[in-house]
Amino acid sequence: MFYRLLSVVQRQRTSRGWQNWSSARSGASAAEAHSVALPAQAQVVICGGGIMGTSVAYHLSKLGWKDIVLLEQGRLAAGSTRFCAGIISTARHLSIEQKMADYSNRLYQQLEQETGIQTGYTRTGSIFLAQTQDRLISLKRINSRLNVIGIPSEIISPKKVAELHPLLNVHDLAGAMHVPEDAVVSSADVALALASAASQNGVQIYDRTSVVHVMTKKGEVTGVETDKGQIECQYFVNCAGQWAYELGLSNEEPISIPLHACEHFYLLTRPLETPLQSNTPNIVDADGRIYIRNWQGGILSGGFEKTPKPIFTEGKNQLEIHNLQEDWDHFEPLLSSLLRRMPDLETLEIVKLVNCPETFTPDMRCIMGESPLVKGYYVLAGMNSAGLSFGGGAGRYLAEWMVDGYPSENVWELDLKRFGALQSSRTFLRHRVMEVMPLLYDLKVPRWDFQTGRQLRTSPLYDRLDAQGARWMEKHGFERPKYFVPPGKDLLALEQSKTFYKPDWFDIVESEVKCCKEAVCVIDMSSFTKFEITSTGDQALETLQYLFSNDLDVPVGHIVHTGMLNEGGGYENDCSIARLNKRSFFMISPTDQQVHCWAWLKKHMRLDSDLILEDVTWKYTALNLIGPRAVDVLSELSYAPITPDHFPSLFCKEMSVGYANGIRVMSMTHTGEPGFMLYIPIEYALHVYNEVMSVGQKYGIRNAGYYALRSLRIEKFFAFWGQDLNTLTTPLECGRESRVKLDKGVDFIGREALLQQRQNGVYKRLAMFVLDDHDTDLDLWPWWGEPIYRNGLYAGKTTSSAYSYTLERHVCLGFVHHFSENTGEEQVVTADFVNRGEYEIDIAGQRFQAKARLYPVASLYTHKRRKEDVELSDLHGK
Amino acid sequence: MCVCPGPRRIGIPVRSSSLPLFSDAMPAPTQLFFPLIRNCELSRLYGTACYCHHRHLCCPSSYVPQSHLRYAPHPAYATFCRPKENWWQYSQGRRYVSTPQKFYLTPPQVNSILKANEYSFKVPEFDGKNVSSVLGFDSNQLPANAPIEDRRSAATCLQTRGMLLGVFDGHAGCACSQAVSERLFYYIAVSLLPHETLLEIENAVESGRALLPILQWHKHPNDYFSKEASKLYFNSLRTYWQELIDLNTGESDDIDVKEALINAFKRLDNDISLEAQVGDPNSFLNYLVLRVAFSGATACVAHVDGVNLHVANTGDSRAMLGVQEEDGSWSAVTLSNDHNAQNESELERLKLEHPKNEAKSVVKQDRLLGLLMPFRAFGDVKFKWSIDLQKRVIESGPDQLNDNEYTKFIPPNYYTPPYLTAEPEVIYHRLRPQDKFLILATDGLWETMHRQDVVRIVGEYLTGMHHQQPIAVGGYKVTLGQMHGLLTERRAKMSSVFEDQNAATHLIRHAVGNNEFGTVDHERLSKMLSLPEELARMYRDDITIIVVQFNSHVVGAYQNQEQ
Repeated sequence: MFYRLLSVVQRQRTSRGWQNWSSARSGASAAEAHSVALPAQAQVVICGGGIMGTSVAYHLSKLGWKDIVLLEQGRLAAGSTRFCAGIISTARHLSIEQKMADYSNRLYQQLEQETGIQTGYTRTGSIFLAQTQDRLISLKRINSRLNVIGIPSEIISPKKVAELHPLLNVHDLAGAMHVPEDAVVSSADVALALASAASQNGVQIYDRTSVVHVMTKKGEVTGVETDKGQIECQYFVNCAGQWAYELGLSNEEPISIPLHACEHFYLLTRPLETPLQSNTPNIVDADGRIYIRNWQGGILSGGFEKTPKPIFTEGKNQLEIHNLQEDWDHFEPLLSSLLRRMPDLETLEIVKLVNCPETFTPDMRCIMGESPLVKGYYVLAGMNSAGLSFGGGAGRYLAEWMVDGYPSENVWELDLKRFGALQSSRTFLRHRVMEVMPLLYDLKVPRWDFQTGRQLRTSPLYDRLDAQGARWMEKHGFERPKYFVPPGKDLLALEQSKTFYKPDWFDIVESEVKCCKEAVCVIDMSSFTKFEITSTGDQALETLQYLFSNDLDVPVGHIVHTGMLNEGGGYENDCSIARLNKRSFFMISPTDQQVHCWAWLKKHMRLDSDLILEDVTWKYTALNLIGPRAVDVLSELSYAPITPDHFPSLFCKEMSVGYANGIRVMSMTHTGEPGFMLYIPIEYALHVYNEVMSVGQKYGIRNAGYYALRSLRIEKFFAFWGQDLNTLTTPLECGRESRVKLDKGVDFIGREALLQQRQNGVYKRLAMFVLDDHDTDLDLWPWWGEPIYRNGLYAGKTTSSAYSYTLERHVCLGFVHHFSENTGEEQVVTADFVNRGEYEIDIAGQRFQAKARLYPVASLYTHKRRKEDVELSDLHGK
Repeated sequence: MCVCPGPRRIGIPVRSSSLPLFSDAMPAPTQLFFPLIRNCELSRLYGTACYCHHRHLCCPSSYVPQSHLRYAPHPAYATFCRPKENWWQYSQGRRYVSTPQKFYLTPPQVNSILKANEYSFKVPEFDGKNVSSVLGFDSNQLPANAPIEDRRSAATCLQTRGMLLGVFDGHAGCACSQAVSERLFYYIAVSLLPHETLLEIENAVESGRALLPILQWHKHPNDYFSKEASKLYFNSLRTYWQELIDLNTGESDDIDVKEALINAFKRLDNDISLEAQVGDPNSFLNYLVLRVAFSGATACVAHVDGVNLHVANTGDSRAMLGVQEEDGSWSAVTLSNDHNAQNESELERLKLEHPKNEAKSVVKQDRLLGLLMPFRAFGDVKFKWSIDLQKRVIESGPDQLNDNEYTKFIPPNYYTPPYLTAEPEVIYHRLRPQDKFLILATDGLWETMHRQDVVRIVGEYLTGMHHQQPIAVGGYKVTLGQMHGLLTERRAKMSSVFEDQNAATHLIRHAVGNNEFGTVDHERLSKMLSLPEELARMYRDDITIIVVQFNSHVVGAYQNQEQ
């Protein structure tokens, strides 16, 4: 149907269909597509001949790997790649995505020169329209982040928009962002060019060859079974696009690659009377849910509608493929939006409405990396309809990952291991992508949560907390309380509460924080990942000593904060480990580490009957008792001495709480406040919670949520893995030398790198920024990713932020770099360098003065109430 | 005596759940009936206001629902005609003195009113196959009287094949329509039962064993059955089947559906009449059977068994078959004849049944004896019993009956009763694959909409989603503007369809809300539905609709089988 359409169009334009290229290629390469049998073995087999597969092949071959086979079930550059709208857009929300898109842009630009294949690359620029002030803020935030990584962009007025694009109706605009270096390109031709270059580098390409399943042995890839025979291989790369999920499941040990396709529509028109210039800028009208680009003097316009049509839920289905037709009724809202934006198009003649399914993931980010279950099984898929923009960069990072063991950028946000088995349900995926697709063009404000696929993993206290007014967020499928709405208090409806300014929960969280400081609060923190490592002899200690950077050879009962580092000294995980007895350890990691940390440990531990690793996340409910009165509550419930003498900080004891026995009580709170974590076997959870709440009554106990926790830990300069720390940050870069056993003569992963770093100095340093002239009520709130300026020069980005109710200021955490003024090269950052700077934080283009600190504010620890400040209201229950 | 002469007398606004015996009666006597009625004040107000309404309501140019029954003809009112709007403002002024501004119902409010009584039934499928020729039905009713006088029934025959569906339009209260809606299907089902089954049931009753169920009812929660009269009704029914057993020797079990329907109708009407004559020792029941007998009801009942469709009709409700022609268009086939003055053969029948000298008086002003609009009905013993009998029953009856002006009133020119019969006219239709649905509806619908429109609206509703062909540009020259116009139009159409999940509701929405262009006008709909219940009857009649959908595949299979 529409296959024909685009290929006809292509031939008209460039007279370069697949057929031409095929014959050209057969001259250049010995591998004749159909006639030659598959090789018996290869180092790497890539499945998928779209832009992802060819990009991975291209980059692998550039990095020197030659023994690569690329298999495509149909023809090269078919599928979504062929129907892609062809827009390269660098304006992305995530820095890593911006970098991937930027790299892709530069790669595609020179591809024609490199391969001699016309790609139709035209630099057009993009204009992102804002119909509302909130949208403009969102654009300004992106704008300030684009600028600091060297992508030119600017915020422009509606008047300027009208100058840049003659057809636009600009009367309802609040402003716009112009990204002049964005481009359009023929994605199919890009894929062909990449394939051509790869094949010149020795990659063998076979089309009309389907992968049946991947063969594995002992958790490693051994080969690929195709419909044309077997290929032995070490590495397999799943670039099967919307079929990646099915391909993953076809394995003997199924691999979950959570993605799901939705139908996607765009419109093609005949040329205008005066055809549009080929360099007419692309338009993204996110409030109108549409994008528009020039297409052969006419218009190509599609969008992300509010009511997506998910497809292929049950896998590849001929019937559904047949039914992929133009659905004008479905397109109507987008067409209305288009005509509102460009009223002059009324008389323009339609060529076609193209229906090309796009793939979406549960969190709107693409999926790359190695499977946690099968070594050598790599994935690159789920592009959320930005495949062309990401193709080059994503292929490069994956190739680096395979060749070097890790990519040159932190890609945790895109790592396959951020998902667990729970995201592999077809029902979940279908429901979630229906939320994700419209979300692409929805306004994203700080701390928005997904609404679908919720209430999957919950603590046994969920109902109790919910009844007490808990509002929930989700992490790794686990419901966690954000804050508790007091009875009688109403919050804004979901839509109305979207704001970049002071949120409506401000006062609620304030009272929770205050209660943590002055009395005691309970936070349900059951979502944390919990592992137990046990051995018959000393194996556990020996292994852990090698895997973790801090010294774990501590007396029984002690808790150690430690990093789990990679060879480069970067944090793979940041956790707390309690030594339960000589031979067993209890390990607490962030919630989203469940898959990643498990995979890492499995990879590096020789597990056998003598050394057992167990995931006990589901076995324990965790209650965090924060506050000065926590000790009173606990001692009343346990009849055991809990004074600091008996129970010093960072100590772990099994004791009874109420009637319940065997509760692991730890004297830490993840916030720096005094208090205890209770790890409760789940069947006791309700009992212990009830006891704590009833005994706590007289100490003013109340529930609190993660927003209070965040405020407390950020003001105390507690960095969290996944937000502040990642695989490219080392303990030395965040002032945690004390948590590393560099001088104890014990070897551990990353030691070499750290020693070297200690010698040479660090190139970035985590610092805490207290905003000085920021008006909490009136100014935009920081979120994360805001550029940091030191003495007027870009020095890094924030990683997280919170309002400190104690300091009555906003606090941001972020890394300070030292970029040479002349060369831009990174230089060593010393404490002195950090301390001597004048800092500004750029929030959506507005700069706020900030004080940088390398250590937490001391007064926070000695906070005491002065007698004369006590008032009657302090006698009220909190 | 304040004899209200309009086409429709004002019913006193009765909100209490107790049923007015004759809500058609005048305000004054009814107030005697219900001294505790909550809206005395209001009704008195309307006692004075009603003349104004009537002037307007006689206006021939505007549509006015016709009542089945009235007391005395009075031709003079047409001269006082006023446009509808004037009256509306006037009544608003009176009704809402303190709040003169108009108010409108929101679309959700409108929907909740329209959907309050909707009911859908889908014939369950077995093994993915539905062997019944009926896919299911949608039904709904919208009251104009308070309480509503229409009734509806639907049931599947369990001991024979087939499904029964019926609408019943009551007049002079709802007692008769209620009784008929509860009882008629049992009479029909029993009439259809083979001799052996009747014997089995009778033996079971006799020996106290569990009875075979006869009917599976498909009822909306608001459709109630009278608990008190259940025993009485059962005894009458049992007498009926005992007689059937006695009459039938068991030799031929070839039961003719048409005959069964006619017998059931006549028998039930006979039982209603007898029960009222005999009375009941229980005073409540005694009063009930009298109310049933003195009020009246029309009935339109369909019996579907495979491709055999019988429609038995008594009165002026109507059965309409929706036929889809080969080109996809819809046409209406009427499967019942109205029994009223518009029907020549009915006029002829009445004239033949009575002496020549009554030829002029038997039908006056298109009404039976100048009073009753339908020429056939259940109950209405005032048109069936002799004067002697009527007087005897009323005198021996309870005081409420005695004090009622209407019951005591003997129709003029009442010489050779009975003037009225419940005998139905039965029309047989053999279903064809192109027969997609059957609409049974009371005259409240047919007065407002032409049958062709009714069938088209339902047809487009039922097939709408499949039938609205996806648009393809193909090779045509279409501009964005044209496409946009087309899509907006389609969406408007779709949205009104999607609002309703029930074909009957959809039809009521059109019946009440259609403007002169044949599309639903929300403002009009809102006005019509927000009429105070005392006034609603002036603008519309009770509407009851059942839409039965046929399974063309099954019907087609039957056809092939027999070929």
